[in-house]
Amino acid sequence: MPTKVLVAKPGLDGHDRGAKIVARALRDAGMEVVYTGLHQTPEMIVNAAVQEDVDVIGVSILSGAHMTVFPRIMDLLRERDVDDIVVIAGGVIQEDDVPKLKAIGVRDVFNAEATTQQLIDGIESAVTAFGRDRKRREAAAH
Amino acid sequence: MISYRVQRDLARAISGVENGVLTFDQALARVRAASGTNGTLPHADVIGVTGPPGAGKSTLVDRLIEGLRTGGETVAVIAVDPSSPFTQGAVLGDRVRMQRHSGDAGVYIRSMASRQAGGGLAPATRDAVRLAEAAGFDVVLVETVGVGQVELEIVAVADTIVVVTVPALGDAVQTIKAGLTEIADIFVVNMADRPGANATAVDLRHMVRESARDIPILQTIAQDGTGVAELLAAIVTKRAAGETNAVRAVRFEIVRRARDRAVATALATLDSADGAAVLERLRDHDITRSDAIDALLAILGGPVHAH
Repeated sequence: MPTKVLVAKPGLDGHDRGAKIVARALRDAGMEVVYTGLHQTPEMIVNAAVQEDVDVIGVSILSGAHMTVFPRIMDLLRERDVDDIVVIAGGVIQEDDVPKLKAIGVRDVFNAEATTQQLIDGIESAVTAFGRDRKRREAAAH
Repeated sequence: MISYRVQRDLARAISGVENGVLTFDQALARVRAASGTNGTLPHADVIGVTGPPGAGKSTLVDRLIEGLRTGGETVAVIAVDPSSPFTQGAVLGDRVRMQRHSGDAGVYIRSMASRQAGGGLAPATRDAVRLAEAAGFDVVLVETVGVGQVELEIVAVADTIVVVTVPALGDAVQTIKAGLTEIADIFVVNMADRPGANATAVDLRHMVRESARDIPILQTIAQDGTGVAELLAAIVTKRAAGETNAVRAVRFEIVRRARDRAVATALATLDSADGAAVLERLRDHDITRSDAIDALLAILGGPVHAH
């Protein structure tokens, strides 16, 4: 089954060229990419991820608000009992913040220098290690 | 309102059937357990929205959600976008137009990749519609991929079909061609503020007048909501008179399944020892093509056609 990824742009970022390039690259890697457009709140991102039952939430953020947005997303996922979706960060994120993001449960962080191939490999390995296999097991167990 | 937990279980059930992890009955049992609809039979009206790429289907669906919610009805949307035939990947972008309904517990939106299906829907779309119905939604809106003339699977799924077109996609001859124009219960000329909208509506009107069916032809500007109230009213009228579509849907489905079965039988015949022997003789120039076809049809047990 294809990996299903939500690509989201939170907050006030004014353009989504990068997110669209990522969406296209993931598509070409055989993934099903739900694209939500600009100006998403953490609530909108989590709602969409749950309704779409994605394997991965990929959030692209350039505005510097990542230390506000990601904790909120992780809190919402926890509040809603969603433990089978991997969260991945991309964009302009300072080195210092990477361990902080990982500490709150963000699975991987890709900065602006990352190639699309690194992103694809990162998503596939994260999903294999965490999300999809777990979903398969749970679905089969019921 | 459909609680968050029911929506989550619905989402997982749809993935289950989509990915072949659950049978439809297993998925249905889970949705029923979550929604508490065990023992009762909830009914949803299913409205199909189809038409060519870029005609404004998603924007119109967004407006329909708004109108239906204002009327107090809960709405599930199944929106299908195309999968790549080369990589199986897909970009599902229909949600972009519907974001403002996020957070409304009366709305569930699900994107689906068409995967290997060619009829304008995904293989699991029909199951997803039935699961959304079981979850308790009053209306299910199904948005097809952008279609051409012959992707008509929506007929087997929807009670009411809205065919959306835009001005200047062709002359009057396009309106009398077979296919898409035959399945419409309602025609919408969207982007009606563009040149040629009236001419397109007139062409459609002539076509409808010559057929025996009563099909409203409406003009909308989905972007600003113009004409959407009239479209909702037309849908209400059609929903009230909805019975004939069940017959049409079942006819379509039976023909399709019979065709699938016939294709499977034909392929099995070709792969059988007898079939292979006939093809071998054809390859060796022992028999003509017509002889080979007759021989294979005889094995198939079907009537032998004259050529």
